[in-house]
Amino acid sequence: MIIDLPRFVAAERPYWDELHGLLSAMETAPERRMSLLEIQRLQYLYERCSADLSQIDSFATDSSLRAFLESLVSRAYSEIHETRAPLKFHWKRAMLAFPRAFRRHLGAFQLSVAVTLLGCAFGWFAIRQDPRAKAILMPFPGLGGSPAERVQKEESMKEDRLSGVKATFGAQLMTHNIQVTVLVFAMGLTWGFGTIIELFYNGVILGAVCADYIAAGQGTFLAGWLLPHGVVEIPAILLGGQAGFILAGALIGWGGRTSRAERLRAAAPDLFAIMAGAAVMLVWAGTMESFVSQYHQPAIPYSLKIAFGLCELTALTIFLGWAGRER
Amino acid sequence: MNTPRQRSLEIETPEGVVFRYQLATPALRALAWAVDVAALGTAAYVIGKAADSFGSLSTDWAGALSAVLFFLASIGYGIVLEWRWRGQTLGKRLLRLRVVDAQGLRLQFPQVALRNLLRLVDMLPLVYLVGGTASLLTRRCQRLGDLAANTVVAREPVFQEPDLEQIAPAKYNSLLAYPHLAARLRSLASPAAVGYAIQAATGRDNYAPAARLELFEDLAAYFQGLVQFPPAALEGLTDEQYVRSVLRVVMARPQ
Repeated sequence: MIIDLPRFVAAERPYWDELHGLLSAMETAPERRMSLLEIQRLQYLYERCSADLSQIDSFATDSSLRAFLESLVSRAYSEIHETRAPLKFHWKRAMLAFPRAFRRHLGAFQLSVAVTLLGCAFGWFAIRQDPRAKAILMPFPGLGGSPAERVQKEESMKEDRLSGVKATFGAQLMTHNIQVTVLVFAMGLTWGFGTIIELFYNGVILGAVCADYIAAGQGTFLAGWLLPHGVVEIPAILLGGQAGFILAGALIGWGGRTSRAERLRAAAPDLFAIMAGAAVMLVWAGTMESFVSQYHQPAIPYSLKIAFGLCELTALTIFLGWAGRER
Repeated sequence: MNTPRQRSLEIETPEGVVFRYQLATPALRALAWAVDVAALGTAAYVIGKAADSFGSLSTDWAGALSAVLFFLASIGYGIVLEWRWRGQTLGKRLLRLRVVDAQGLRLQFPQVALRNLLRLVDMLPLVYLVGGTASLLTRRCQRLGDLAANTVVAREPVFQEPDLEQIAPAKYNSLLAYPHLAARLRSLASPAAVGYAIQAATGRDNYAPAARLELFEDLAAYFQGLVQFPPAALEGLTDEQYVRSVLRVVMARPQ
């Protein structure tokens, strides 16, 4: 078959333009519902452009025309053949997607907890065996000194040391913790090794701090200081680890017969739900750390802070364990 | 990776139609990223100025606002723009690139969010060393975020109808005196070669004289290798005139 290109372009161009216009309208307003006539027209134009593409594909012709038609057909194809529902934001559904995704991958969360506990145990024993290791395991200015001295200093403080910087401090904590959690998740790309290292390292610091304060007889201060924000912040990082392990599992794909692309495609919505949930938790944790955790007895009694932390933990456990559960 | 890298991603639809995405090279993506960095820099400047003006009310809240807004801008820039503009950021839009699903389906929000969150690993240890290396080594030029989100970055072609009257004027064409050979030429000429010939004819005034002669000599040699026209048809034709006659033969049927 010999094609008369100018005539062919002149005849078909109105259909290409129409399809381009229709697709552009769909792309700029994805929430708009199309009428049955519009859907039928889209299908017709898609088929017509596909036929045009097939017609010129075997021909000597300008390659830019083929590339243009391929682009049109690919855009129409993605609209017509997509079976996944477009994203529609519903508060209730979005909130419940998080605990549901969490429960679907409980094994990954348990692994995340286990690695962190292993790190905690390591940090604990390292400090107990050699207190000089503190400078290496806890290289943070606030944690370097004696716990007893710090407690005495904090409890005798008359003025608010965070006065005038409380909001900035809270914002910095939020952004920093979200970055850490995203990194823990993203390290899942290293087949989970990076996630294990990050979680283990966080666990080591936590274990070392606990060992240092408990050995100095400052367990109550430690609980009052850590619980109001830590019961949300630490689980959020563990959730980052859970997401990292899900990602690693999808990359490795033990025992499954599906392709890597299919596994990743299936995991993507759960990964997003878990990470979005963890980010919201970290906003809360940052606020608590800035406005509650840094104030000690006598400003806020330890019993009240501990009780508040336990209430948060209970609420979080109920939410993650039962919210959205099908009866 | 022992499979050769592809310049295009081929997808066959259930109707049997094959289309290809022209994949963006790492260099092109780096350019788009540079534009995005400039855009983010401008955003950071604007946020800083806005926070400064807010600072007269409360320096603490101004600092918090600045930290949160900058963080949201740096994380949300790619996510929001690629979602709202169907796979494009400012840089990608300027360079006609688009993030697309690797199966050719519609890009989903979790995919956009994932590829942008995983940028954190791709950017390690600095200036996208991990992501750049990954896109150089993978078949579809994917960085790690693209691999996990199952996306590729494709080039968006623009179609400008070739102006046949400009590149191959409808004067007397000696090749058309041999319709059977002209038909044979139409069926044998490869689309890529015709594309090059169109480009050469369109931009012939931009070449240096020696380069122009050489270019048309090569093109003429290619087309002459496909079909041998009798010497009478080629008499008095320069290589450039011959190529333009070929284009008229290939692209337009005689009236």
